[in-house]
Amino acid sequence: MIDLWPRIEPLLAKVEKPARYIGMERGAVRPAWAPHKAAWLLIYPDTYEIGLPNQGLQILYEILNERPDAVAERAYAPWTDLAGSLRANGVPFFSVDTHRAASDFDVLAFNLSAELVFTNLLDLVDMAGVPIRAEERRPEHPLVLAGGHCAFNPEPLADFVDAFVIGEGEEVVGEITEVLGAWKRGGRADREALLHDLATIPGVYVPSMYDVEYDGARLLAVTPRYPDVPARVDKRTVADLDEWPYPKNQLVPLIEVVHDRLNVEVFRGCTRGCRFCQAGMITRPVRERSAEQVRTMVRDGIRRTGYDEVALTSLSTADFSGIEGVVADLVREQEGTGQVSVSLPSLRVDAFTVGIAGEIQKVRRTGLTFAPEAGSWRLRQVINKLIVEEDLYAAADAAFASGWRRLKLYFLTGLPTEMDADTLGIAELARKVTEIGRTHTKGASATVSVGGFVPKAHTPFQWFGQNGVEELHRKINLLRDDLRRDRSVQVKWHDPEATFAEGLCSRGDRRVGRVIERVWRNGGTFQEWSEHFSLDRWIDACAAEGIDPDWYVTRHRDDSEVLPWDHIAAGLHKDFLWNDWQAALAEHGLPDCRWTPCYDCGVCTDYALEHVVASAVAPAGGSQGTGQDLARGGEVGVRFLGTKPAAVS
Amino acid sequence: MKFGSSFPVRVRFDKRGRVRWISHRDVARAFERAFRIEALPLAFSEGFSPRPKVSFGLALPTGAESDDEYLDVCFAEAVDLDRLPDALSAVLPIGIRVLGVAPLEEGAPALQDAVNAVRWELEVVHDDAAGLLVERDALADALAHFERADSIVIPRTRKGRTADGDVRAPVRHIELLDNSVVAFEANTHLNSIKPVELLRALAHVAPALGELTERRLVRTHQWIERDGARLSPLDADTRPRVPEARAS
Repeated sequence: MIDLWPRIEPLLAKVEKPARYIGMERGAVRPAWAPHKAAWLLIYPDTYEIGLPNQGLQILYEILNERPDAVAERAYAPWTDLAGSLRANGVPFFSVDTHRAASDFDVLAFNLSAELVFTNLLDLVDMAGVPIRAEERRPEHPLVLAGGHCAFNPEPLADFVDAFVIGEGEEVVGEITEVLGAWKRGGRADREALLHDLATIPGVYVPSMYDVEYDGARLLAVTPRYPDVPARVDKRTVADLDEWPYPKNQLVPLIEVVHDRLNVEVFRGCTRGCRFCQAGMITRPVRERSAEQVRTMVRDGIRRTGYDEVALTSLSTADFSGIEGVVADLVREQEGTGQVSVSLPSLRVDAFTVGIAGEIQKVRRTGLTFAPEAGSWRLRQVINKLIVEEDLYAAADAAFASGWRRLKLYFLTGLPTEMDADTLGIAELARKVTEIGRTHTKGASATVSVGGFVPKAHTPFQWFGQNGVEELHRKINLLRDDLRRDRSVQVKWHDPEATFAEGLCSRGDRRVGRVIERVWRNGGTFQEWSEHFSLDRWIDACAAEGIDPDWYVTRHRDDSEVLPWDHIAAGLHKDFLWNDWQAALAEHGLPDCRWTPCYDCGVCTDYALEHVVASAVAPAGGSQGTGQDLARGGEVGVRFLGTKPAAVS
Repeated sequence: MKFGSSFPVRVRFDKRGRVRWISHRDVARAFERAFRIEALPLAFSEGFSPRPKVSFGLALPTGAESDDEYLDVCFAEAVDLDRLPDALSAVLPIGIRVLGVAPLEEGAPALQDAVNAVRWELEVVHDDAAGLLVERDALADALAHFERADSIVIPRTRKGRTADGDVRAPVRHIELLDNSVVAFEANTHLNSIKPVELLRALAHVAPALGELTERRLVRTHQWIERDGARLSPLDADTRPRVPEARAS
């Protein structure tokens, strides 16, 4: 083994945050390598601070290192300063655990959490000294693997990635390890044979095992080249979260990172059915961790890491069965030591949830975040985020009454059927929230954060033509103008140009890979970072490759169209998604199937799975998700203030 | 630092190897986590957002190593000081070891005020792509020029503001060790000098050397000089160990 550290360290004096590259976190391992073991490099293709907390990567790091036939190390994208000096000095991309060259590993496994990191994947493969195109790789090159939510439309990266993992990785990484081990023992001769074997593992998609046919611009079919390669790759799903109490040794970074706290996943999957939400659609069904295991993981984690904050994570933590009991226990256990705080990163919008938040955040009540997502009840029915105004106002009232001074409200713009009245509805909601706040505290304020909507694969909105850059700018400006005189409401927005590029990568097909490659060749890395992003680079690359970006981004699709990800299955039947899309256009909401009869989206029935929940009844308080029961939320009465009564449908 | 009715302790530690790339604030956070992992009874500040009562000495530049760092921590009750160094070292990042602890007197002046002299060692290289060690003779010559100068005025940055200042005066002693390592002792208060400024001063008095940088930088000592005596911070404002604690 060649330790690259002596060549890396002299470069660190002149880079930002050199500790990104030293490893040595509490919980990190220096695995014992052996020739027979499959060596995995788990890569998060963005900065260390964004990548280190990623729970998926940490879970696989532990599971693989527990196996006798595997070793796993971690790597993150070096920031542009170090990337430049690594290249200038001929030092390759490296692991942070033992500072080995990436090319020493058998697998470069990328976690794809966002589409705009795609160019970083190419950059890191190149910095590893590995050909960026899969077809040019030889048996001596590592396998390039990718997983994570973006793998549910793998096509834009199909030319660069040898194999994708669709769905949850806990089990499948073991199966891949065994195939790799056998290939290594066999002298690692034939890469094609290895890829073929991998393609027969359930949940593994090997793009080179499929032929793609087009009719002009239209995609006709993606078909397997061998009879034993599946025509449709189904996602992997862990049936019981209690069997996977990972991470057991959460990494404790030496520098500040995002989500810098103990994270305990309380459930996976979400059936709220928000139609814009890819995460909710592709991670079904709901699988709760037992309250007892949650308590144990919190207790052990706090003791082992020294963190003074724990987050109970999921897509909607207030929906966890018996959340009140768990939170009350945690708060009680910490009394005496008194210094550990609990946080719920994704709050539901209702007074009940605020009550829980108040229970656990006895100090530091500075800001609280809610996501109504749309400005009118009509549009919230379209997107199936079933929050009535009373829910939000009751939540705001409860929050300001309990001492919070600032509420953060998240919205999407560019949603299907959205009209200017919906956009102005955002301003109306924000104004009312601050009016409610002022009855409690003089300094009450709200921050409205607006993101451009990007339709994603495997959602009911996958057929919808995204709003263009101009239209998103127009809507954001409409909102800003309307709120210009409201000093207590601050508006923040995501760059519509980045939203456009994200749209291209989200629903592109294999041909978009050429654009991604050209953007990378023209220096476009770290596209998630505004200082490095430029839409011109993407538009120029599309022009050079003869690709019309609007055909991919802003065009509406119909139900006869073959979608680039139709051969990848998240378990959701296409006709279910189409019917849900039609229901959206008809402004019909769909209740949560945890507590109402099954509407057969396809996941549980096809995969013989079921919801794992400790309670068969909907949580108390608020209307969200309880379908027909759209009564006002919580114990806090709703007050309509001033001269502008709230418009409630 | 006001400690109230609690148990203040001064801790001496080092910072060696790869961990030198974490910042002063990162070291502080690592200690706070180590105290919590060891379930030590930290005393907390009063108020809206209670903080553990830990105060650090002079900041060490990111990238520098040290054999002689200090912090003062306040416990809510007595702790076993004999086992404290090993216990903390075991849960601190690799490269940070607790070398000694001593009970602190009530009302002891803060480390940042009390420590007034330090010693540094720097391995001096040319600040160019090759980054070769500076020749020993050339370096000796530069040191001789430095020592002979009455004053050396160069721009210094303090608290974000740059102004010309004399960096010769704060240096009490400077010598050349083997392997192009320069060692110097300097004041830390009023008129002070940072290691990077010493390199600039050497380049200033010996322009033929070109730009200089350091390949390694180590703070080897910190002292509290008072009434003509030079004390280790573990020996200043500290109390003798309680015999019972030693026996346990």
